[in-house]
Amino acid sequence: MSFDIDIAIHRGGKRIAARIESASRVVALFGPSGAGKTSILQMIAGLLPPESGHIVISGEVLFDSTAGIDVPPEKRACGYVFQDGRLFPHRRVRENLLYGWKLAPPERRWMALDVAVGFLGIAHLLDRMPGTLSGGEAQRVAIGRALLSGPRFLLMDEPLSSLDAARRHEIMLLIERIRDEMEIPILYVSHDRSEVERLAGTVIDVG
Amino acid sequence: MTPLSPVEWAVVALSLKVSGVAIALVLPVSFGLAWLLERTRIPGKVVLDALVHLPLVLPPVVTGWLLLLAFGANGPAGRFLHDAFGITLMFRWTGAALAAAVMALPLMVRAIRLSLEGVDRRLEVVARTLGAGPWRTFFSVTLPLAMPGVLAAMVLGFARSIGEFGATITFVSNVPGETRTLPLAIYTALQVPGSEAAVTRLALISVALSLAALVASEWLTRRGKNGGRRHVL
Repeated sequence: MSFDIDIAIHRGGKRIAARIESASRVVALFGPSGAGKTSILQMIAGLLPPESGHIVISGEVLFDSTAGIDVPPEKRACGYVFQDGRLFPHRRVRENLLYGWKLAPPERRWMALDVAVGFLGIAHLLDRMPGTLSGGEAQRVAIGRALLSGPRFLLMDEPLSSLDAARRHEIMLLIERIRDEMEIPILYVSHDRSEVERLAGTVIDVG
Repeated sequence: MTPLSPVEWAVVALSLKVSGVAIALVLPVSFGLAWLLERTRIPGKVVLDALVHLPLVLPPVVTGWLLLLAFGANGPAGRFLHDAFGITLMFRWTGAALAAAVMALPLMVRAIRLSLEGVDRRLEVVARTLGAGPWRTFFSVTLPLAMPGVLAAMVLGFARSIGEFGATITFVSNVPGETRTLPLAIYTALQVPGSEAAVTRLALISVALSLAALVASEWLTRRGKNGGRRHVL
């Protein structure tokens, strides 16, 4: 079982809940903006404490309210890809890529820098500052940074939504290759039905 | 115009020493206070904020008098420093540094607080998901992004310290070679007829130092805005 998640929280008087039990490589959370999809990812990443429930990913318990387990975010090994890239503006692309890699224990690093750089086609960007990158380039680097941190699962929060159509297609192909070539469960959030149907084995409706 | 006399050079050197020590002293305190005010939810924040700003609005002579009460020979802090460490601040340059530090504190807290406010906290979240604990996140993301603002705060505080007069003369008096910093030396020269040239020389140095500090501070602030650009996509 890749994902065994059952969590709930109240935010702004609204109940946000998710129940995900799936062995699919890619599980999609689908729903309109404001439905709480990002809150669900934040709970799974350990950035927002659920009021109740449990989060088990690939057999590892990350949160369990009855057992009092709450693994801090830096120990959860989630590769979080944000909608807006969020590269560190004060570090070059190479340093952005290696930020999580350096922090991961050696046995958890399943990808090397040159492999990731080749896979994402970003060799020519390594010495650039993030402020000089285009949207598609920045998102590639952000995906690389997440993969290099030695994650046990990926959380992708609308990674295509701030890109133009051509870039969107390129990044979509990359995500499909990650799904097909790498042994890593992915939780993918989107409000776009076609994206979700193309990528995911399981689709969970939110909101 | 004649160049500076050795005594005047000594005044400039003393001013730089007093201000340098004052900033070194007040920087960690200001950063801690700025952090408390900007990043934490503690009770009594309004009161703390007001206390921090007090030296900015009080007559400096009152600040000096309060320092005298606390750090004078019979003040509780003064007695403690004397008994525990053998340190006396009265009529010493160290006392001038303390007065300068207190007067620079509100300016520095304000500037550092602004720079912390400008740090995109979502980047700290990214660092956490990439395996950095809270301390590493602070040193690798928050502090570097706030750095230009912190440096600007230091320069601004330094300039304020160089110009400090009222609290200093009240607290540690006007002792030649010990507490007679640039503004006190100008004030002293003004009391003596026929010393216009000395006043002019010292005043010009004051203007030059203050201008340099303001330009440096502005430059650092601008640089911070570009370097810390939030645009990533």
